[in-house]
Amino acid sequence: MSSSHRLFSVLIPIISVLLGLIAGAVIMLLSGYNPITGYAALWRGAFGDAYTIGETIRRSTPYILSGLAVAFAFRANLFNIGAEGQVIVGWLAAVWVGISVEAPMVIHLPLAILAAALAGALWGFIPGLLKAKLGVHEVIVTIMMNYIALYSTNEIIRNVLTDHKTTTESIHESASMASEWLGSITFFSRLHYGILLALFIAIIIWFLIDRTTIGYELKAVGFNPHASKYAGMNVSKNIILAMVISGALGGLAGAMEGLGTYGNISVMSGFSNIGFDGIAVALLGANTPLGVVIAAFLFGTLKEGAGEMPTGAGIPTELVDVIIAIIIFFVASSYIIRWALLRFKGGKSK
Amino acid sequence: MRKNWTLLLALLLSVGMVLAACGGGADKEEETKDADKGEEETTTDFKVAMVTDIGGVDDKSFNQSAWEGLKAWGEEHGIEEKKGFDYAQSNDKADYMPNLTRLIRDEYNMIFAIGFELKEDLNKVAKQYPDTHFAIVDDVVEQDNVASINFKEHQGSFLVGVAAAMKTKTNKVGFVGGVDSPLISKFESGFIAGVKSVNPDIEVDVQYAESFGAADKGKVIASNMYNNDIDVIYHASGGTGNGVFNEAKDLKKNDPDRDIWVIGVDRDQHEEGQIGDHNVTLTSMVKRVDVAVHDLSNKAMNGEHHGGEVLEYGLEEDAINVATTNEDAMTQDIIDAVEDWKEKILSGDIEVPKTREETEKFLEAL
Repeated sequence: MSSSHRLFSVLIPIISVLLGLIAGAVIMLLSGYNPITGYAALWRGAFGDAYTIGETIRRSTPYILSGLAVAFAFRANLFNIGAEGQVIVGWLAAVWVGISVEAPMVIHLPLAILAAALAGALWGFIPGLLKAKLGVHEVIVTIMMNYIALYSTNEIIRNVLTDHKTTTESIHESASMASEWLGSITFFSRLHYGILLALFIAIIIWFLIDRTTIGYELKAVGFNPHASKYAGMNVSKNIILAMVISGALGGLAGAMEGLGTYGNISVMSGFSNIGFDGIAVALLGANTPLGVVIAAFLFGTLKEGAGEMPTGAGIPTELVDVIIAIIIFFVASSYIIRWALLRFKGGKSK
Repeated sequence: MRKNWTLLLALLLSVGMVLAACGGGADKEEETKDADKGEEETTTDFKVAMVTDIGGVDDKSFNQSAWEGLKAWGEEHGIEEKKGFDYAQSNDKADYMPNLTRLIRDEYNMIFAIGFELKEDLNKVAKQYPDTHFAIVDDVVEQDNVASINFKEHQGSFLVGVAAAMKTKTNKVGFVGGVDSPLISKFESGFIAGVKSVNPDIEVDVQYAESFGAADKGKVIASNMYNNDIDVIYHASGGTGNGVFNEAKDLKKNDPDRDIWVIGVDRDQHEEGQIGDHNVTLTSMVKRVDVAVHDLSNKAMNGEHHGGEVLEYGLEEDAINVATTNEDAMTQDIIDAVEDWKEKILSGDIEVPKTREETEKFLEAL
C-alpha cells in the first residue's frame, strides 16, 4: 500500500505535465501551427545552448524558494498567498543592505541574505499572529500584505533609496551573488551562486519537516489543531512559526533576484509573480522539498523556453501565453487529480 | 487498482499517437515553407527587431506605435515580417534580458528597446555585444552603440493642457499617470502648465495608477474623477488608460448629454473613444515613436547609427503633435488656441516645465 502510494505521488505530476503538453499541442494544431516545431522551439529556448541553460537555471532559482515558502505553510495547513509580498520585501531588504552597508564579503553577503529572510519573516509573522491570536484567515491578510509590500516598496525606492528615480544603484560587489565565472561559461547568462543556496535550503527544509520535532508538531497542528492542543502542543506558537519560516523563505527568493539576477531593485508596475507561481510550484511538487525543486525547474523551463516560440516557431505571442497557461493549469490541477484519485482508491480498498 | 492504471496508460498512449500522426503531417508543410524562405532573402540583409515592455505590442500606445514604425520600414524595403524584422514580447521584467539576447543571437543588426523599464538590461547587453546597434526609447543609456530616443512629451502635454482648459466647463480637470517616474512627470508637468497658462483657476487632480497595464485601476480612478465633477481627463498610463476610456464610455452611454472627455496619449486614440454616435476622445498627445523608429532604422541601415547620442524629438521635428480627429469636440477656437501656444513654444517665448520643481517655478511666474 505504501509503495503504491509513493508511485502515485510520483506519477500524478508526470501525468498532469503530459496532459498539459498534449492540450497545448492540440491548441497549436487547431490554430494551424505545428506542435512539434513549437515544442522544439520551447526546448531550444530553455536548453538550446549554454546561455539558455544558464538563464533557465537562473529563472528557476527563486521559484525553488518561493515554492518552498508556500509548501512549508501548506504542511501546517496554512495557505500563504503572501509569498509574493514576502519576495518583494526580501528583495528590497537585500538590495538596501547591499547598497548602504560596506563590509567584506564574508560579512556583507550573509548580512544581506539575512536581511531578506528577516524582512520576509516579518511579512509572514503578521498574518501568522493574526491567525493564531484572532483567528483572522491568513489568505485575506496575506493578499493585503502583498499590496502593502508592492506599494511601500515602490515608494521607498523612489523617495528613500533614490531621488525620485525608478531604479536603485547597483549593490556593492561584496554583497553580490553574481559570478563572472558562471557568466563566462554560460555565454553572459545571469546564472549566479544563489542556486547553490536555494538547493541547500531545500535540504534544510526537508530535514526540518521530516526529521525534527518542530516539523512533526507543525504537521500535527496542520492535520488537527484540536488534537494537537489536547496532546500538549502550543497551537498558536506553531502557526506563527510556520508563517515566519514560510515568509523567510519568500524573502530569500527575493534575495535571489536582488543579489543575484539584477543587483538592484526597480519600481514595479505590477507583481513579480515569483510568489504567485510559487503556489503552483508547491502544489505540483506535492508540498515536498524534492518535488518543489523539480517543479521549480519545470516552471523555469516553461517560462524561459516560451520566449523562443514566437521567434523560433512563428507562433504568436498570445497563443504561446495560452499554451503555457494551459500547461500550468493542468500542472496545478494535479493536486485535484491526486485528491480525486486517492479518494477513489481509498473508497475501493474499503 | 491495476485496471485503472492500464486504462490511463492506454489513454495517454492513444492521445500521443494521434498527436504524432498530426504532427508528422504538419512537418512536411514546414519543410516546403523553409524551402520558400531561401529564395526570398534577396532585398537586404539588414535586420531590425524590437523588444516590447510589459505593455505588449498591442498596447494601443507606444509599443504598438514602435511596431507600426518597424512595419512601415519593412514595407519600404520590401521585407517580410519575421524575415527581416520582428518583435519579442515581454510578459514580465524577467523577460527583457533573454528577449534582447535572443534577438542578438538571431543576428539582428539593430535592436530597439521600447520603454524606460528596459534601461538596466539594455545597459548590460550593450556592453556584452559592442557590434550590435541598439536604441532605447524614453530613456538614456550611455553606451557607444546605443542611441537614446527621447521625446519632448512636456511640449505636447502642454498643448493638450491648453485644449483641456478650453473645453472644461466645471473648471476641474484630471491627470492619470502610469508609474510615478521622471518620464511621466514630464507629461504631468507639461499638462499642468498648459492648463494653468490658459486659466490659473482651473484645478488639476493628479492621480497615479502605479501601473502601465492595470485597466481596472484606470477605471476606478476615472470613475472617482468624473464623480467629483472633473470633465476632462488626460491619461499618460499606457494600457491603464484603456480603463479610463471604458469608464468615460460607460458614463456617456448611460447619459449621452453628459460632457465628459478623455485625452489620449502616444497614438491618436480616437478609435478608443467611440461609443455609438459619440466620441469621448477630445484629442490625443501624439508621440510619433513610429517615425523615430522608422527613421533610425533607415539611418542605421545606411551606416549612420547615432550610437552614444541622445536624440530629442519634439514639436520642431513634427514628432509630437495634437490630434484633431474629433472635429465635433475640437472646435476651431480650441485648435486656434493650441496653434497660438505652439508658436510660442517653437519661438522660445515659453519654456515648458519638465519636472515638478520647474512646474512650481513656472506657476509662480504666471
